[in-house]
Amino acid sequence: MRIALFITCVNDLAFPATGIAVTRILRRLGHTVDFPADQTCCGQMHANTGYRAEAMPMVRNYVDVFDSYDAIVAPSGSCTAMIRDQYPRLHPPATSVAARTYELSELLVDVLGVTDVGAEFPETVTYHPTCHGLRMLRLGDRPLTLLRQVRGIKLVELADAEECCGFGGTFALKNPDVSTAMLTDKCARVRDTGARVLAAADNSCLAHIGGGLDRHRSGVRAVHYAEILAETGAAS
Amino acid sequence: MSHPVAPATGSGRIRTPLPFPTAAKPAVADTQLRANLHRATRTIRAKRARVVDEVPDWEALRDAGSAIKADVQRRLPELLEQFEASATAAGATVHWARDAAEACRIVVALTRAAGADEVVKVKSMATQEIELNEALEAAGIAAYETDLAELIVQLGDDTPSHILVPAIHYNRAQIREIFQRRMADAPADLSDEPAALAEAARAHLRRRFLSARVAVSGANFAVADTGTLVVVESEGNGRMCLTLPETLISVVGVEKLLPTFTDLEVFLQLLPRSSTGERMNPYTSMWTGVTPGDGPQDVHIVLVDNGRSAVLADPVGRPALSCIRCSACLNVCPVYERAGGHAYGSVYPGPIGAILSPQLTGVADNASLPYASTLCGACYDVCPVKINIPEILVHLRQQAPHPPAERAAMRVLAWVMRSPRRWAAALRLARTGAGPLGAYRERRTGARTLRRLPWPASAWTRSRDLPLPAPQTFREWWGKQ
Ligand code: SF4
Repeated sequence: MRIALFITCVNDLAFPATGIAVTRILRRLGHTVDFPADQTCCGQMHANTGYRAEAMPMVRNYVDVFDSYDAIVAPSGSCTAMIRDQYPRLHPPATSVAARTYELSELLVDVLGVTDVGAEFPETVTYHPTCHGLRMLRLGDRPLTLLRQVRGIKLVELADAEECCGFGGTFALKNPDVSTAMLTDKCARVRDTGARVLAAADNSCLAHIGGGLDRHRSGVRAVHYAEILAETGAAS
Repeated sequence: MSHPVAPATGSGRIRTPLPFPTAAKPAVADTQLRANLHRATRTIRAKRARVVDEVPDWEALRDAGSAIKADVQRRLPELLEQFEASATAAGATVHWARDAAEACRIVVALTRAAGADEVVKVKSMATQEIELNEALEAAGIAAYETDLAELIVQLGDDTPSHILVPAIHYNRAQIREIFQRRMADAPADLSDEPAALAEAARAHLRRRFLSARVAVSGANFAVADTGTLVVVESEGNGRMCLTLPETLISVVGVEKLLPTFTDLEVFLQLLPRSSTGERMNPYTSMWTGVTPGDGPQDVHIVLVDNGRSAVLADPVGRPALSCIRCSACLNVCPVYERAGGHAYGSVYPGPIGAILSPQLTGVADNASLPYASTLCGACYDVCPVKINIPEILVHLRQQAPHPPAERAAMRVLAWVMRSPRRWAAALRLARTGAGPLGAYRERRTGARTLRRLPWPASAWTRSRDLPLPAPQTFREWWGKQ
């Protein structure tokens, strides 16, 4: 199977560790992955803010770049949701490649049939299911199923986990007061768990929650769950 | 008779006087209000979740509700004429109102014709929308709300902040204070126990019901094949309003139609569970025209368009007309919970308000509302008639006027991002440009984040740190392997 990495613009620039983690996990499982260099951005920010015309060239670029692969994996619930949910409506020729685009946990659990990726991570971790992963992709507890197999991990439950953290793309900038109020509540719930690490499937939500946790010097680290799955306990 | 050509947009209390972010500010800062909203919405959504879980065919019911409403929207003109014919045959008089002003004029004229200088009101969101109380007052007619929460809001000189619980923003101590200040016949030693508050309101309202000659109501459903109007309620005040006065005037939005009486089977299951979290509401009243010797002998129905035809004309936005005003979407909305209902500026707050009000008025008039959402999707999941609210929000953002600076920035970003070559160059630039900044802060504090940035990024750094571009992008890492 030809698996392509869609690393997403935010991950490429600010969170390369997540893409590196995805690469390591898949290679460890014996798969060959490809990173088509002509990829840019899925266009979600433009489309969701009301700039559909501006988003369209990115949509078409995605189809051009990825259409020849059997599976495309993205370590982002919201970008995957953009592609799977909105692409077929915005650009019908994207329907087939959209259906072959998976969030990491979907690829691992549903397509590759793996739940134990051979990871070790001796930390207390809590998991926030981000909105698009939860309600648009219906990831369910696939990421948790993967995390439960990690050796040494202690998973603790997050209260009101399914409530939005207040990021919402440009919402955080357009409605800073409401966004901050939601963030404050989310950070309080995270701190209440006593976890040292907060995991999620979306670095943009994590940047928002992590930024809030840092601001309050909570000592909780926000990481993409792929980075936990990539840890093997051995020095890398 | 056929209904008149509809206007492009609606008027009345459906416009935001202030942009949503500005209007939300005081609510977010009001800790009492936030505590009241937090407690109330949490309680009711837990109740809703419990009773919905009991219904094995809930998803099928939602599909049925959604399909019936879609059918209504496909054949609305035909069904409205059928409704008019059935209601008229049963002895009611049907009036058509293009907009808020026309609807108000009709109700004022009917009240005057009945020789009344006061009316009792119940279940009247549509009348809130058309600002009927203000119009009646201007005509020298006193309007008394009889729904407990509406009464509280009216006595408090306030406006409703929730579809189902208009006084959700008050706690009981605040309600007691309003009653003591404004309800002349409130007991001097009134406590803030819910039972005592309800009893005081009941005694107060009883006198009103017995003296009123004209009642104004809304309706939850209007059945085309029988001409029946349906009101679903919890308190019994509706039953009093609908049966005691001589004249009954019902103000009904044209989207409230259902094709047949048997369609009620679906909606009378969906509505109470979604709205109050009850298996069945305590009172369901239905009336069809006039029954000689029983109930009001002079029955009028005012069918209001007020922008609904404009909504109907847009195939993507149209499902907003399926809304049965259950308020489930408000109760799960994290934005509503923080901003409160008044921030939406409209009688329709929360997620449904964010899509309905801009469509009724034209998006330019309510341009901040489609952005009053994180698109988290919780509203779509609970909606009993499956309105895809996030999809409509994005659709309306497409039509909203965009601030010039934002438009320019988005265009530049899109121009960079649509070219792989430009994008790779921009990544290099961002990484190296931010490099010294990051190195500086990292040396000083050990953190790879920024704490204070100038406008417009200050909207971000006000409450959260901003991660800096990494020392090496992913594509650089990939290239070095
Ligand atoms: S949009 Fe749906 S959930 Fe919201 S009030 Fe209307 S029917 Fe209820």
